[in-house]
Amino acid sequence: MISFSKVCKTYWLGKEKVEALCGASFEIKKGEYVGILGPSGSGKSTLMNMIGLLDTPTSGSVKLFGKDVSKLSDDEISRLRNRHIGFVFQQFNLIEKFTVFENVVMPARYAKSNLDYNPDEYAMALLERFGIGERANFHPNKISGGQQQRTAIARALIMKPELILADEPTGNIDSKTGEEILDLLEQLNRELKVTVVTVTHEPEVAARTKKKIYVKDGRIVDKL
Amino acid sequence: MKYFLFQLKSAFEDFKRNKTRTFLASLGILIGVMSVVMLIALGLGLKNYLGKQFESLGANLIIILPGSGLSQGVGNFGAGFAGGAEFDERDVSSLRRISTAEYVVPAYMKSGLIETGEEQEFGYLVGTNEENFVLSGIEAEAGELINKSDVQNRSKDVVMGFEMARKLFGEPEEAIDKIVRFDGQRFRVKGVATKENDSQTDNSIMVSYKATFGSINPNKTFFAISVGVENEEDVEMTKKEIEDTLLKRYEEDEFDVSDQGELLGVINQIFNVLNGVLVAIGSISLVVGGIGIMNIMYANVTERTKEIGIRRAIGATKRDILFQFMAESVLLSLFGGLMGLLVSALIVALVRPFFPVALNVLAVVIAIGISTFIGVFFGVFPARRAANLTPIEAIRYE
Repeated sequence: MISFSKVCKTYWLGKEKVEALCGASFEIKKGEYVGILGPSGSGKSTLMNMIGLLDTPTSGSVKLFGKDVSKLSDDEISRLRNRHIGFVFQQFNLIEKFTVFENVVMPARYAKSNLDYNPDEYAMALLERFGIGERANFHPNKISGGQQQRTAIARALIMKPELILADEPTGNIDSKTGEEILDLLEQLNRELKVTVVTVTHEPEVAARTKKKIYVKDGRIVDKL
Repeated sequence: MKYFLFQLKSAFEDFKRNKTRTFLASLGILIGVMSVVMLIALGLGLKNYLGKQFESLGANLIIILPGSGLSQGVGNFGAGFAGGAEFDERDVSSLRRISTAEYVVPAYMKSGLIETGEEQEFGYLVGTNEENFVLSGIEAEAGELINKSDVQNRSKDVVMGFEMARKLFGEPEEAIDKIVRFDGQRFRVKGVATKENDSQTDNSIMVSYKATFGSINPNKTFFAISVGVENEEDVEMTKKEIEDTLLKRYEEDEFDVSDQGELLGVINQIFNVLNGVLVAIGSISLVVGGIGIMNIMYANVTERTKEIGIRRAIGATKRDILFQFMAESVLLSLFGGLMGLLVSALIVALVRPFFPVALNVLAVVIAIGISTFIGVFFGVFPARRAANLTPIEAIRYE
């Protein structure tokens, strides 16, 4: 499903060349629950952004859903993000001016074409399932961090994607709520067969994942 | 459909959060659209007003004046044209021989006091013929107009202007059959004319031109001759024939023949200057308003960089982002345009009793059209900046 081969990403900070990631090769199969682990600044977020098609590699090849990403147009990449990938961010990244419900259905609005299910009903079903149905018409700043992260997960799921990318999903919430969020991700992986890739530096989060990719100083140091 | 509603709601939510900013940003457009709409209102009102004025003349009018041109004073009969022709009955009869000259109306005018026994008012004595009433669209408010035999028989019956009758007798009906004096001569009021909104006609007594011959008009001359033509397309030809006819008696610079169109031209010239000023103000404020909107939209894009990143992450294409910001700038501009239209409508309603102004569909269409165009034109640059942000940099922006 995801295949990286000798992927490098370099930035230019003024005149200094920074190697954020180099020589990354690995594969993630459908239905896996993968953790990308490493200390901060190791390049794990860069790796995650490239999996999520938010960033492009400087060299090497990235294949996603069997397609060579470098050959896709911006519109095709946007469509892949929309239809096949759900993001869960550390800072939730909800849009404040929209309600919980509106945030959740937003990807379906960008899909434009008709889906084979009603996204509005599905959004409500997800919110009910995550125990925040009665918060549907609240704005994100009026609900707790845990509830915001559940909203973000509902938004990630609204298009029924094959892949969920979670970047430090428990980083901004207390440990008890964090546990609940991790339970939820595990449940999605087990019951819906969604591939979940989590980026973290916390051992408790890492312990949950079935497969682990360790990153340090821009290189993959171990795969388990 | 849901997509459009979503994008619209997105824009409106943003306006709601920044009410002051939204209002100030659209203020320039408001003023610009208002000047343009007021310009249309003024032009339209004036056209209606002049149209009505000329319509009341009932025919295509040609005015023959002594002197050499309109520059010497349009309609300023009796002001004394040095060196010009002095028209008389011979000219009237020779002009009558022109087949397209439907009406030939001589005009003599003298100012002075019009007296009853008790009252006296300053006014004008107009010597003319019965065709004058047809040509000028004057009807009888009370009594009767003087007719052809009154004119031929040098009758001392007069038609009194509406204002003069009101001032001297209170009611138009009261004036009928009363005797008035002008220059020591007695005249009987046969009828009172309808109100013409022309201070000379409204304050005059109109009498057979033949009746003025004698002590009032010893030289038996006229200050002007008006000719009415039935068909508009005959006006030019008739003018030519009038000139040919008069050239047999007078020198080229002793008389001037002009028609309604030329009179309108002089009036139009004055209003073109006014229009020019309004168009300049309108264009400047539209451009300034557009720049204001562009500025706000750039600020908007920077402020909402993270939001753009989030939208891109969940699948918005470049075109979606472009559309979103274009929609916002167009709505902003359109809001200003509609406010401008509303303010103009209020001004028109207030000014209407005193000045000829009017609004029509054209004004509405132009207001909406211009503000949409400004929104698109000045919104496209900020929107493109928003669309071309790379998702990863946008979403990292704090």
